[in-house]
Amino acid sequence: MKHTLSVLVENKPGALMRVTSLFARRGFNIDSLAVGPTERHDVSRITIRVDCEGSSLEQIEKQMHKLVNVLRVQELVPGESVERELALIKVSAPPAKRAELMTLADAVGARAADVGPDSIVFELVGSPEEIDSFEELVRPHGLQELGRTGRLGLGRAAKTAKSRPQHVLA
Amino acid sequence: MTGADAILRCLEAEGVEVMFGLPGGAILPLYDAMAKGTTVRHVLARHEQGAGHMAQGYARASGRVGVAVATSGPGATNLVTPIADAWMDSTPLVCITGQVRSNLIGTDAFQECDITGITIPIVKHSWLVQDVKELPEVMKAAFHVARTGRCGPVLVDVPRDIQETEFEFAYPDTVSLPGWKPPRRGHPRQITAAAQAVAAAERPILYVGGGVLNAHATEELLALAEKGRLPVVTTLMAKGAFPESHELHAGWPGMHGPKWSNYALNKADLIVAVGSRFDDRVTGKVSAFAPGATVVHLDIDAAEISKIRHADVPVVGPLKGVLAAMTEELEPGNTEPWLRQIAEWRDEFPLRYAAQEENGPLKPQRVLEMLNELTVGRDDIVFTTGVGQHQMWAMQYLQCDHPRTFVTSGGLGTMGYGVPAAVGARAARPDATVVCVDGDGCFQMTQQELATAVLEELPIVVVVVNNGYLGMVRQWQDMFFEERFSQIHLTQALPNYALLAQAYGGVGFTVENEEELRDALEQSLASGRVCVIDARVDPREHCFPMIPAGAAALDVVEFTPAVEEVSA
Repeated sequence: MKHTLSVLVENKPGALMRVTSLFARRGFNIDSLAVGPTERHDVSRITIRVDCEGSSLEQIEKQMHKLVNVLRVQELVPGESVERELALIKVSAPPAKRAELMTLADAVGARAADVGPDSIVFELVGSPEEIDSFEELVRPHGLQELGRTGRLGLGRAAKTAKSRPQHVLA
Repeated sequence: MTGADAILRCLEAEGVEVMFGLPGGAILPLYDAMAKGTTVRHVLARHEQGAGHMAQGYARASGRVGVAVATSGPGATNLVTPIADAWMDSTPLVCITGQVRSNLIGTDAFQECDITGITIPIVKHSWLVQDVKELPEVMKAAFHVARTGRCGPVLVDVPRDIQETEFEFAYPDTVSLPGWKPPRRGHPRQITAAAQAVAAAERPILYVGGGVLNAHATEELLALAEKGRLPVVTTLMAKGAFPESHELHAGWPGMHGPKWSNYALNKADLIVAVGSRFDDRVTGKVSAFAPGATVVHLDIDAAEISKIRHADVPVVGPLKGVLAAMTEELEPGNTEPWLRQIAEWRDEFPLRYAAQEENGPLKPQRVLEMLNELTVGRDDIVFTTGVGQHQMWAMQYLQCDHPRTFVTSGGLGTMGYGVPAAVGARAARPDATVVCVDGDGCFQMTQQELATAVLEELPIVVVVVNNGYLGMVRQWQDMFFEERFSQIHLTQALPNYALLAQAYGGVGFTVENEEELRDALEQSLASGRVCVIDARVDPREHCFPMIPAGAAALDVVEFTPAVEEVSA
């Protein structure tokens, strides 16, 4: 089963490597990984998407808690969190096809970030599933290149990140 | 002062009495600062791996943090084995390594290696010091992290230019580590639940691991066992944490534990795991391990809870407080029938081995028995071991009644651990006679530290249980690979261990029978010098009982008496 973990780490050299090496050692494949700054300049957020069993997830969460640079580990549960991803998609767009592509893009809220003589680079922000479906929509037109940031998530505004208890045993 | 001076002032402020190391280019400024004066004794090893194991031996025999020092590159990589060993056995260790100058990092400079990168999976934390002003804070944090929570190794990598930079030194009083929050106390409700589970059990047992020693909680353990009349099995790492002459001691569980100890653990209806981790060498096949038992798991490390075996009652916290609180709350049940049952098993399944044939070679088990006869009851003996058959016989035949008197490599199983660990243990216990029980294979991996023992006046007695083979490998090839012996014959006579001891300025003995053995042991234990006893033993001996890897703990392979046997 797939899970999304949101990990707050001190913004120190090697912090990302310490976290990812734990996943590698336990044989977990990381589906996606997004790292960036937070509201605090000394703290970074790592959002990790992994495929694993619940018990293994609990074990890796506990192992992460023991890392000196890790401040908080939280699983983002669907329904209680917001997840977004940014994609840049370069599609073949001969002049005859452009109007059709632009209509498609409009319909899903993607916009043209760059337009060249034979192709268009679309940008789309959405849930990872929305990006998947846009990718499928434009694929028949000739998908030249694709880059996705990996998912980024936060607990919902109504329920703050603290709402879900961490795996800390009494 | 310089960064190098500051490192020494930090060590002094931490109360470090001894460090073990070997100098080289990138750590020269630190050694120069030592030459100018420090209260910290430096023990010069012959190999950085030796320095690391010495620091481990010191830590395990003293209960304090061990300190190892090495230069960059190969010096640092030679520390990797001790670091991994300390990681597996939760030994508090601070390693200080030199690094090439900051402006050379990343250029493949001479003796450069990314030691913080290499050691990431086997340290609690590591620091590459990038600004000399951070150095005091980093050193303070290093000692704090090494000895709090679950103990373990940390590494501080200091570029040479940082060691040379002048700055204003002040040692901080506190550490600021917002991400490091080891549990401070066990949850009272969980402790109550644990005490109730013990009271309700008919066949409870305490399954004690090395965590009890790291927690300095051996007295609390004794109090709990005595109040509840609870039998105690101690793992290899916990040997000595509970007095082995005590009527409640039920031996050692696991692959080479006596059959009765494994019976006691596997037939219990309640297992209280105390700072132990359900290692595969203890459980055998996990699905068949103690099938009828409820599990109470007491540990400082939340990640050990339900990692291997589901814990019905987890208690996460420092064991000293947890055990004391549990003892106070415990209303003892009647465990006498259970204790009688264990005693019956003990009588039914003693350790056994083949008797020595007339004019036949000395039995290795007999070597350990005699060493025990000559040391039992003394509180000034510390044993260390290598890894293999001799280590398992040492576990079976040596009686340890005092904490921190059995120093061994458990989790990583590091051959060569024994000799340097003994040197370190002697530095921790100058009052004690330190005896390293070693195999001939192990001894040859780190024997050069005899020079350290002689010159640093840290005398040790090494008993080489010499069967001329990599004995445990021989046993496995014999039992599981249809007797196809492959690359295991070291020979008994080469090197000549007694001459080797003399070459290092020590005393050497070669013994082939009981009289010679007794004489050599008596002389060595009394001599106060570095002694090596080459005990030539029967290479055919297997270490029994044995639970084959992956087998259920009750499927023990036992000694089968083809010839007359000896019961111990």
